[in-house]
Amino acid sequence: MSRILVIAQHDGTQLSPATARAVACAQAIGGEITVAVFAGAAGEPDKQAAALDGVKQVLTIERSENAAPLAAVLAPQIAELGKDFSHVLMASTTFGKDVLPRAAALAGAPMVTDVMDVLGEREFKRPIYAGNVIVTVSVPDEGTVYASARAASWKPVGTGGEAGIESRELSADLPGHTEFVKLDAEESERPDLQSAPRVVSGGRGVGSKENFDIIYKFADKLGAAVGASRAAVDAGFVPNDFQVGQTGKIIAPELYVAIGISGAIQHLTGIKDAGTIVAINKDPEAPIFEVADLGLVGDLFEILPELEAELDK
Amino acid sequence: MKILVAIKRVVDYNVRVQINRDGSGVATEGVKMGINPFDEIALEEALRIRESGTDTEIVAVTIGPDAAQQQLRTALAMGADRALLLTTDSAVQPLQAARALLKIVEEEKPDLVLMGKQAIDDDANQTGQMLSALWQRPQATFASKLELADGKATVTREVDEGLETIRVELPAVVTTDLRLNTPRFVKMPDIMKAKKKPLDTRALDELGLEETPALELTKYESPPQRQGGHKVESAAELVAELKNKGVLR
Repeated sequence: MSRILVIAQHDGTQLSPATARAVACAQAIGGEITVAVFAGAAGEPDKQAAALDGVKQVLTIERSENAAPLAAVLAPQIAELGKDFSHVLMASTTFGKDVLPRAAALAGAPMVTDVMDVLGEREFKRPIYAGNVIVTVSVPDEGTVYASARAASWKPVGTGGEAGIESRELSADLPGHTEFVKLDAEESERPDLQSAPRVVSGGRGVGSKENFDIIYKFADKLGAAVGASRAAVDAGFVPNDFQVGQTGKIIAPELYVAIGISGAIQHLTGIKDAGTIVAINKDPEAPIFEVADLGLVGDLFEILPELEAELDK
Repeated sequence: MKILVAIKRVVDYNVRVQINRDGSGVATEGVKMGINPFDEIALEEALRIRESGTDTEIVAVTIGPDAAQQQLRTALAMGADRALLLTTDSAVQPLQAARALLKIVEEEKPDLVLMGKQAIDDDANQTGQMLSALWQRPQATFASKLELADGKATVTREVDEGLETIRVELPAVVTTDLRLNTPRFVKMPDIMKAKKKPLDTRALDELGLEETPALELTKYESPPQRQGGHKVESAAELVAELKNKGVLR
């Protein structure tokens, strides 16, 4: 039977929903699921991980060095702990992408990035060429499987579990060559773009940073997170971390509203797994309409107030 | 200082890739190839470090078929001082690439290794992290800003939560994200000059690497296509349809 280690992602106080997605991937592999929480001190994320459905055990590794999410510090500990498991999984967030390859290399293991489907304990499907090709990969029989779970492919598991929490000490030597300086997080009252069930995105068609207010207003009406196309980011309308697409965030909300976005392939790659896609664009030939479930051609500055009025009815 | 820039020859980003009829791979015969765009950004950053006044030698390295000399010539034309090709006709996976690059790093002893955060063909996003692990040196991935001072690199990283800053001791591996810079275009006279710059070739097999476990890639297929829906005529109709579908209440 597989023994799967899922590495938790958290900010010290809150477990990231990405962890629940990685656990869903672990469930598809099947076996006994352990979640490891690396942290500066014991806290809420331990309990939140223990409550995830399907989790058998939570291991907490508390060291002051683990307070910041540094790959160079975490990877040797993950490689050490991973020896006792058949699989080590992380969500394919920027955190997972940073940390897991380093741990895999220390373990001498090849790694599978962005698992989107599980065919067997060591056989997976993953996207390549910006999602335009899907490849089936088999991991050699020897050694621990290192894999990241593509967030948009896995629905977070629910909560209600009561796994035991155990503290674990590891002996790995930790380097001192890497120093965490700061995190400039975008302060927002709005839902998180990566995990929100509804997302409203604006593109070049919005026209300016000031005009983006109309996108924020509409998003707030829907209780949605705000995203943007690469064109809107490059034009300076919104910060980098708003970008949805192959080189930005790949998301799978239940509702995605693309406003003034033409629909370049690299953007579509980021929204392929959305439930319902709505496109609003003044160009009836915009490629976004080829993938949108519902399209509305017209001037977004006229349509959005009308939509808000309809939602109020 | 010495900077090693690792680049990869990939199918040009404008090409719509085709899968072989038997699902055994992606067609590359006669397809336009280029430097992985993220690696071009890495090379551009090395050039800017040199242009900022630091006495810098820039070495471009790649692993690939003989034809990858083209990409190295482009790197030389952009401004790299010399280039090294590790030849192999097999596809190279990240762990093997990292082990090969480690050999070169041990020989060249660079102060900084730059490469793209991922290659746009396999989208693995692993090689830089793996190299720094094996080298037992720091990594700073997804860089959108890089500052060098006093033997350290201060790197701003694009992470899901926003922008993270870390400081690492050199030597280190830095992998580059899209917004670090915009690579320059190559000018004709530079292409001519690049022909005279040194380009060494060595067989990957002759590096004496240990046997590296590799993933077996068994089947290539197209992703399920998303079917488009239809257009509606008004905001009222749109809201009504969304309510019908149960997306809005």
